[in-house]
Amino acid sequence: MSMTMTQKILAAHAGLDQVQAGQLILADLDRVLGNDITSPVAIKEFEKMGAGGVYDKDKVTMVMDHFAPNKDIKAAEQCKLCREFCNEYEVTHFYDVGQMGIEHALLPEKGLVAAGDVVIGADSHTCTYGALGAFSTGVGSTDMACGMATGKAWFKVPSALRFRLHGKLRPYVSGKDVILHIIGMIGVDGALYKSMEFTGEGLASLTIYDRLTIANMAIEAGAKNGIFEVDEQTLAYLKERCDREPVIYKADEDAPYEKTYDIDLSEIHSTVSFPHLPENTRVIEEVGDVPIDQVVIGSCTNGQYKDMAEAAAILKGRKVAKGVRAIVIPATQDVYLKVVENGLAKIFVEAGCVVSTPTCGPCLGGYMGILAAGERAVSTTNRNFVGRMGHVSSEVYLASPAVAAASAVAGKIADPAEIMKEEI
Amino acid sequence: MKYTGTVIKYGDNVDTDVIIPARYLNTSDPAELAAHCMEDIDKEFASKIKPGDIMVAGYNFGCGSSREHAPIAIKESGIALVIAKSFARIFYRNAINIGLAIVECPEAAERIENGHEVEADLDAGVLRDLTTGESFQAEPFPPFIQKIIENGGLVASIRKGDFR
Repeated sequence: MSMTMTQKILAAHAGLDQVQAGQLILADLDRVLGNDITSPVAIKEFEKMGAGGVYDKDKVTMVMDHFAPNKDIKAAEQCKLCREFCNEYEVTHFYDVGQMGIEHALLPEKGLVAAGDVVIGADSHTCTYGALGAFSTGVGSTDMACGMATGKAWFKVPSALRFRLHGKLRPYVSGKDVILHIIGMIGVDGALYKSMEFTGEGLASLTIYDRLTIANMAIEAGAKNGIFEVDEQTLAYLKERCDREPVIYKADEDAPYEKTYDIDLSEIHSTVSFPHLPENTRVIEEVGDVPIDQVVIGSCTNGQYKDMAEAAAILKGRKVAKGVRAIVIPATQDVYLKVVENGLAKIFVEAGCVVSTPTCGPCLGGYMGILAAGERAVSTTNRNFVGRMGHVSSEVYLASPAVAAASAVAGKIADPAEIMKEEI
Repeated sequence: MKYTGTVIKYGDNVDTDVIIPARYLNTSDPAELAAHCMEDIDKEFASKIKPGDIMVAGYNFGCGSSREHAPIAIKESGIALVIAKSFARIFYRNAINIGLAIVECPEAAERIENGHEVEADLDAGVLRDLTTGESFQAEPFPPFIQKIIENGGLVASIRKGDFR
């Protein structure tokens, strides 16, 4: 019987020749991830199990990124608990302030995920690593605890939607616009319980970073995972970072996809998600006059160097509009260093932005840019739910780094193509 | 597993940020989380819920973050069962894993109204609206999941050796 990419990876990790949608399996895990918010709950559950140790000290991974550097005393206590746990169980991949970055940018960068892996993470955006041809999915803290103890997790094998990409993106349009376009098309539960599998000749024109952004937001369509077919770009990216051999799984020609969407990348415009759901999308030409108070450029969705460079290209020689606070957050130490070394930090600061240490911070209303009542932000993050970035009456508009940078300059939501036409 | 309680009803896409806002995630203390449960869409939630009450919601309940703090806050607030048209998948797993009873039944979630008395028999998948007398059939959990729930959650299953 034919299988999707996801089904093949799951079958291999469950020791089965075949699996089909709906089947319950117990799969071996190549990596188990947690952060400073979810790990403390997992650690408590782990201790209840009396496991004695983690299943593999090189595969358990903890990243202090959400409320770190510690935003308050309680956050400090949570990081301390994680630190002590990782010391006690000799966890190799514990990333604390100074080494840490936003987890879903950090793991690919450190070579901790290979094509063909099964990864669970106690963070919903764990689906990001599907960009590298892995099955990776977000779970809760109890799943994380059990994964740390046993190296296994239960899964219901998902059915799948196929997205066949064609053509090339227009200037100033990036992976963020692609995934916002898709979520606008299928809705926030359009892929509920399912895999989103990306394939087609259009993949060649999408960088790994565009793919990471797209896979990252599969959860915003309700998906279990997003996954990209492995190509030469994937292999080149992995070869530079990961010392394990990639295992490539291709979907069968007649794999059982519930539905196939053909998407012409050249037809996608810059896209903005209006409050309070990611599916409330409008193309930039139809946004209208939306004055803003804040811009955030960063997060696990758009905190890579490519994202920084796209924002800097627009901010170079320009100024952030009066009345707008612009916050730039490189996702990892490596990205941060490149932002400094390549002169992007100078561009951002001269434009009137602040450049922060890596953190999830404002994305989930933690700190580093909380909104007051009635304030509006354009943000390259992934969720615009009620109260997500601060006060319950504040608003978040999701967009690409280019749109966010253009909006910072204009003081309202703006089209980067239009801003770049204006003389400096 | 049988439940009887008064219904509190919400709409579609109730996300984990409104179930428990991230500003309270600097703790994992269940009582503290429960005190802020649902407050961004329903300020009185924590004070008005009685132990055994039943939450009814629309599609994609619990969408968003993987925070287990969300089902923990609901459970600790006294809600005994959540009936929804559908659940976001991580919330669904988390609820099972921590032992918060949930059931997917679009018809029941559509017809049952705020304040109604409801009786649920999850082994049989039968939901009864005692206020109107209407009855609904939901699909019971597969045996694998039933076993996790019977054991009292995933951690207890592992301790019992039922997870190999």
